[in-house]
Amino acid sequence: MIRFEDVSVTYDGATEPTVRGLELTVPEGELVLLVGPSGVGKSTILGAVSGLVPHFTGGTLRGRVTVAGRDTRTHKPRELADVVGTVGQDPLAHFVTDTVEDELAYGMESLGLAPDVMRRRVEETLDLLGLADLRDRPIATLSGGQQQRVAIGSVLTPHPRVLVLDEPTSALDPAAAEEVLAVLQRLVHDLGTTVLMAEHRLERVIQYADQVALLPAPGAPLVLGPPSEVMAVSPVYPPVVALGRFAGWSPLPLTVRDARRRAGALRERLEGMKGVAYEDESAGLTPAAPAPRPAPPRSRLFRKRDTPTAPAGTAVAAVDHLTVRRGRIEALHDVTLTVAPGETIALMGRNGAGKSTLLSALVGLVEPASGSVRVGGAVPHRTAPPELVRRVGLVPQEPRDLLYADTVAAECTAADRDADAEPGTCRALVSELLPGIADDTHPRDLSEGQRLTLALALVLTARPPLLLLDEPTRGLDYAAKSRLVTVLRDLATTGHAIILATHDVELAAELAHRVVILADGEPVADGPTVEVVMASPSFAPQVAKILAPQKWLTVSQVRAAVGATEREPEGRETTADREAKA
Amino acid sequence: MSEVSRPAAPGAQASRAQRRNALHPGAWWLWSLGLATAASRTTNPLLLGLLIAVTGYVIATHRMQSPWSRSYTAFVKLALAVLAIRLVFAVFLGSPIPGTHTLVTLPELPLPDWAQGIRIGGRVTAEGLVFALYDGLKLATLLICVGAANALANPARLLKSLPGALYEAGVAVVVALTFAPNLIADVQRLRAARRLRGRPDKGIRGLLQVGLPVLEGALERSVALAAAMDARGYGRSAEVAPAVRRTTAVLTLGGLVGVCAGTYGLLTAEGGTYGLPVLLAGLGAALAGLRLGGRRSLRTRYRPDVWGVRAWLVAASGAGVAALLILYAAYDSAALHPGVVPLTSPTLPLWPAAAILLGLAPSFIAPREPS
Repeated sequence: MIRFEDVSVTYDGATEPTVRGLELTVPEGELVLLVGPSGVGKSTILGAVSGLVPHFTGGTLRGRVTVAGRDTRTHKPRELADVVGTVGQDPLAHFVTDTVEDELAYGMESLGLAPDVMRRRVEETLDLLGLADLRDRPIATLSGGQQQRVAIGSVLTPHPRVLVLDEPTSALDPAAAEEVLAVLQRLVHDLGTTVLMAEHRLERVIQYADQVALLPAPGAPLVLGPPSEVMAVSPVYPPVVALGRFAGWSPLPLTVRDARRRAGALRERLEGMKGVAYEDESAGLTPAAPAPRPAPPRSRLFRKRDTPTAPAGTAVAAVDHLTVRRGRIEALHDVTLTVAPGETIALMGRNGAGKSTLLSALVGLVEPASGSVRVGGAVPHRTAPPELVRRVGLVPQEPRDLLYADTVAAECTAADRDADAEPGTCRALVSELLPGIADDTHPRDLSEGQRLTLALALVLTARPPLLLLDEPTRGLDYAAKSRLVTVLRDLATTGHAIILATHDVELAAELAHRVVILADGEPVADGPTVEVVMASPSFAPQVAKILAPQKWLTVSQVRAAVGATEREPEGRETTADREAKA
Repeated sequence: MSEVSRPAAPGAQASRAQRRNALHPGAWWLWSLGLATAASRTTNPLLLGLLIAVTGYVIATHRMQSPWSRSYTAFVKLALAVLAIRLVFAVFLGSPIPGTHTLVTLPELPLPDWAQGIRIGGRVTAEGLVFALYDGLKLATLLICVGAANALANPARLLKSLPGALYEAGVAVVVALTFAPNLIADVQRLRAARRLRGRPDKGIRGLLQVGLPVLEGALERSVALAAAMDARGYGRSAEVAPAVRRTTAVLTLGGLVGVCAGTYGLLTAEGGTYGLPVLLAGLGAALAGLRLGGRRSLRTRYRPDVWGVRAWLVAASGAGVAALLILYAAYDSAALHPGVVPLTSPTLPLWPAAAILLGLAPSFIAPREPS
């Protein structure tokens, strides 16, 4: 269905080709997952299928790409519109009309289908994607998951034989992501659609793939094969595969179900160590190191409001019965939250649950309708910005919003000035967090992960004791994510309090001491990570699901625990045997 | 469900709005243009106020919960600004209206001889202010009528009624129109982000500093949208015979020349005889050219709005208001233009007021959005 024959793509002004000598054949009716670290040319390959590369982006494409027998060299994207449907990362950039029904019909109108055919297909698609109740709604009022489903629906109505998706679930909460993936699976099974998809969050999608195409590094040859074989050699892999690799399971399990069936021995081996993991977790709650900048004495007033999870005395932030209105809607309702120094809190919940609003309230971007917010003793929305950055820093969902200058060095100088810090503070932070970035690099030329780290460094220049991150792992590959985890862990151990608003359950499991789940602007769960995520199937990380009822959250915990016993005089088998006897 | 809880009285109540019975957007535009025409025929503040009240009432009953329906409030604010500016000008730059009731005398700026006829400061008369108020109110009413049309009829839906040959240009216009709201949203977001960097998020400097990133973002979004539209088949065209293509070009160009020549003929004194026929012929040729040009476009239309009885009635109510006021203006111009010199208090002429109330008809005819 899709054929790449010795394809190389060089963009204008680039010295190296982005994709080199690519050979790939995707048979009809298969779901092929394109994986690899950031910057290996996944988006370029996807763009080449729809003809947008090079017709729209410019650059030179050598070799030949054919889709359903049509050569993209001679067919422009619009002439491929009836065989290829493309959905990008940001559904909002995709919409031409403004209501759901019109959007579903748009592609068919362009292709000139008969009105009765259009009507029938719109109705079918509304049902297929569960959009029937939303048919008259303006698209701007839909949630992220709904928008992504509309975007997929809008390319489905012309009945394309190939569907190309670039990170379709990266902006979605776990439930919405499953919704979208279930639809894709249905298309592949029922309609025989060929799907080529790139996605960083492999834990969500790997189980649906028929084949995986791996680009291990820039310029390296493509590896194509069954998922379990490719995952054994891939530099990027989901936690279930990490656990499988660690335990030496072969073939590698790709789903939680497969892994659970093999995990008996591992569970036995880990039986007695449950307590160890727990103590480690709770130890993190009371960090020994003090906050880098002592909180102003005024905040002592709030000591009496401290919850038992904040034993360190002075709270970094206190949110008390907070209600925030946006228009007529209550975005937050009666939220109470106390943040202790050194504590990492993961804020979870579906798209539009109020996570970003809560973060905005903490930095004073929105005013409370009732209740109060105190950060380091100050009321955020009444505090002058230069004062506030010393108390709290926010890295927004789109880190680019924080970047104005045209070089990294200029950004750093500006940040030092804004934060009234020693010249060079920011640059030192950047070098520490992001080694090997030249001063004259344009922030736009950085990768997603690098840009996030740069924004983080800018915010940290003022050394705020409270750090907020909104959806930090969107678009990050596993390597960038684990670097981020290391950085944030270090910050937490030096006394920074961190609040993450995230859909990424694996990230929450790695980092958070405490998880707060918001639904419709109200906190519905608040407690230690292990307890909250274990209680909810959609927020549980893969390792927790595999090893349940034991309380393990991440592969690194398991690895550390097993490693600790292996360092004891007895060997691995004897440990397991002994535990089996006990 | 809603039928059970709130049974609609047959006939009296407008039915519930759905796509099926949605009023043609063109009907809303004709209605509001009718009201605007009526507004342009009078300076009577009572009649103008009545016109504004009529649009306000219809908006209140028929506005939808959609982003574009907020434009009414925006237009009302714009109208108030226009009114204020008109008054400020009348105070500071004087008014051509001779008046006897001096309210205040501002210090007058002495100007050289060559600036004769221009005055800055000086006497402010009640007559001048009232005249400016009436005049400004007329402009404001016009703007509010346009705002009402914007709020009631989705501009994108109006696009569907364009002839095929013009469709692509129309999409470009609509996309350009959405550019502005997106730009404003971006400016707000980025100014907020300045706060996160510890810089003041208010003031003009903040606005200037986010200018470049905002434009960059808007440009990127436009490019992404263009790519998405291309990949979805925007701009696909059918093969047409060269003869048809040539005929289209000749008809369109010839038609446009005809329209120009005809209009010129109509406007000049001696061209009265040939003006109208040439204009009509040109118009016909241009329309034929458009129709033929539509053959190149493959597009079909999904559920186009139907111009039904309701649309006729709504459009007729607007046109009726306009026609009646024009007729009345010929019959009794004084009632529509209350005197300023000498100052008299305006009275409400009964018949024009009744005619304007005809503009309320859509609130009973057009289907309502469920609350």
